Formats: sequence, C-alpha cells, structure tokens
Amino acid sequence: MDSKLVLLILGMGLVTYIPRMLPFFLFRGKELPRFVQGILKNVPYATLGALIFPGVLFIQEDITYGIVGAAAAFILAFMGGNIFVVIIGAIAVLTVYSSFF
Amino acid sequence: MAEAVAEKSIPEFKRGVKAGIGIGIGYFPVALTFGLLAKATDLNVMETLLMSMIVFAGAAQYIALSLISLGTGMFEIILTTFIVNIRHFLLSASLNEKAADDHPAFKAVYAFGITDETFSVAAMRDGTVTAGYMFGLNLVAYSSWVVFSGIGHVLGAGLPQVLQESMSVALYAMFIGLLVPSLKKNVKIVFLAVLAAAFNTIFTMSEFLSSGWSIVVSTLLAAILTELIETGKRLRGGRADGQ
Repeated sequence: MDSKLVLLILGMGLVTYIPRMLPFFLFRGKELPRFVQGILKNVPYATLGALIFPGVLFIQEDITYGIVGAAAAFILAFMGGNIFVVIIGAIAVLTVYSSFF
Repeated sequence: MAEAVAEKSIPEFKRGVKAGIGIGIGYFPVALTFGLLAKATDLNVMETLLMSMIVFAGAAQYIALSLISLGTGMFEIILTTFIVNIRHFLLSASLNEKAADDHPAFKAVYAFGITDETFSVAAMRDGTVTAGYMFGLNLVAYSSWVVFSGIGHVLGAGLPQVLQESMSVALYAMFIGLLVPSLKKNVKIVFLAVLAAAFNTIFTMSEFLSSGWSIVVSTLLAAILTELIETGKRLRGGRADGQ
C-alpha cells in the first residue's frame, strides 16, 4: 500500500469520526435548554425531507424516473408496507418502468 | 450481572440487525460503484477496503476519489472530508437526546457508525436507542459498505444496467419508507419535512450551497423555524389551536 495514501485515509477517518463522536460527550448528562431539545427532536424529520428532495429527482438523467420511484415508495409506505416492501417494491417498479421506456 | 446485561442486549442487537437490512440493500449499489471508481482511480483493493473501513462515509469517499484523480494535496482532501462530514455533528447531537444511558465507551464505538442512513433508521425508532441496537444496525450497514466496496473493485464491473439504475432508488425509498408513517401521524412532521425539502431545493438549485451544506442548513432552518412556531403557540397558551 502507498504510505501517503494510508496516511490520507487515516486523516479522513479521524476528521470524520470526531464530529460523529463529540456530541455524545459534550452533551453527556447535560439537560439542554428546552428550545434546543425541541430543535434536536425536529432534526430527524427535517433531515429526511432534505435527504429525499430534490435528490430523488436526479438519480438518473430522466427526472420522471426518480418521480416514478419516489411515488411507488410513497404509495407502498402510505398503504402501510414495511420498509423492505417499500425498498424492494420501488426497485421492482423501476425495473419494470425502465424496460418499457 | 454480565448475564443480565447480555440477556437484555442480545434481543436489542437482533432488532438492530433487522433494522439494518434495508440499509444493507441500499448501500449495495453505492458501495459497488465506489469500488469500481476506486479501481479506476488506481487504488488497489486493500486501499479501497481500508478507505471504506476507516472513513465509512459515502459522499466523502466519492469526493476524495475525484480529488485524488485531480492530484489534489492531502491537506485539502482531509479538509474537504471534514467539511463534508461535519453535519454528522448535528445527527449525533440529535441521536444523543434519544440515546439510552449506556457506557460512554459503547457510545464512542457506535458513534463511528453514524451515517445519514443509520441515523435515520435509529431516530425513527420508538423509544430509546440502546448500544445493542446500534451495534446491530451499524454492523449490517458497515459490512455491506465494506464488503461491496471490495467486490466492486475485484469484479471491476457493476450490476446489469437496468438493475444498477433501479437500485439507485433504494436509499431514497428507504428514507421515504421511514418518513411516511410519521407523516400520517402528525401535521407538524409534514411541515418539517416539506419545509426542509423546500429550503434544500432552493439552496441546491440556485447553487447557493453545495449539496452537503445545503442539507445541514435546510435541516437546521426547518427545525428552528418549526420550534419557534411551536414555542409561540405554547406562549399564547394554546389559542393557536382554534384558529
């Protein structure tokens, strides 16, 4: 292995790990202000919104492709399908879709 | 004592493993492609595996490959990685609020496995998040990421075109599958998700922010605005309910 590359990877690993680990120790046993707690509780739903959109539109060059996949996932999830049904279902719908269009 | 701990944590570990399978599927095409690109960037298979094992962050690894191929210096690549991954701070801070009271050493270990995907799955869980659960969840996600990075490099070929394309939806489908049940329960959650998506669309389409930063800023703005509105409603003593 190229030692410079190994050093680079270790450096990348370190700067990635620090922000992942720090909050567990910085905020350990501390009661954050109610307002901040509220924000942190909102974060998961907001992150999901931002992770999904608009990224899902651009998974392939054809925007319709992403829309079809997202719609399939949304409908399956809305009907109460569990997460595997949603994932496999969306993949299946797109496999069929791309063999027709 | 140790037995009592094990008795409680083994089912938690199993639940984590089960919850991680969706991520394992979703990482498969992304990791495979990473392996391919790493080979094209002249990394050998050990270096490819090492990067996936030590960094374990999809976007940053992709960016690093393109920077390496451009001949960018080590310091710039590490700095870019830091900037791309600093958003994990927000995810960990949020998960910390939900974390069970486990030994700090356990938390230090499972913190390594926090990604957009493992965070999303863990955060949508009912109740607290235990170390056993996080170990199970991370193990599946991490194994999928590392193993398929290696396989992508060794095979030097991706999936059949049609499957490669359709599997690109997997992680998005997972995010949608995680979000929708909560949307059905609570209008506030609809508001949060739509607001963050709208901010993210504005920031990325206007090229005002890179996509990594845009996700953090959109998330924070939506989370803060929603909380301000909630606080306002509380202060007005529930009058807002009747409007």
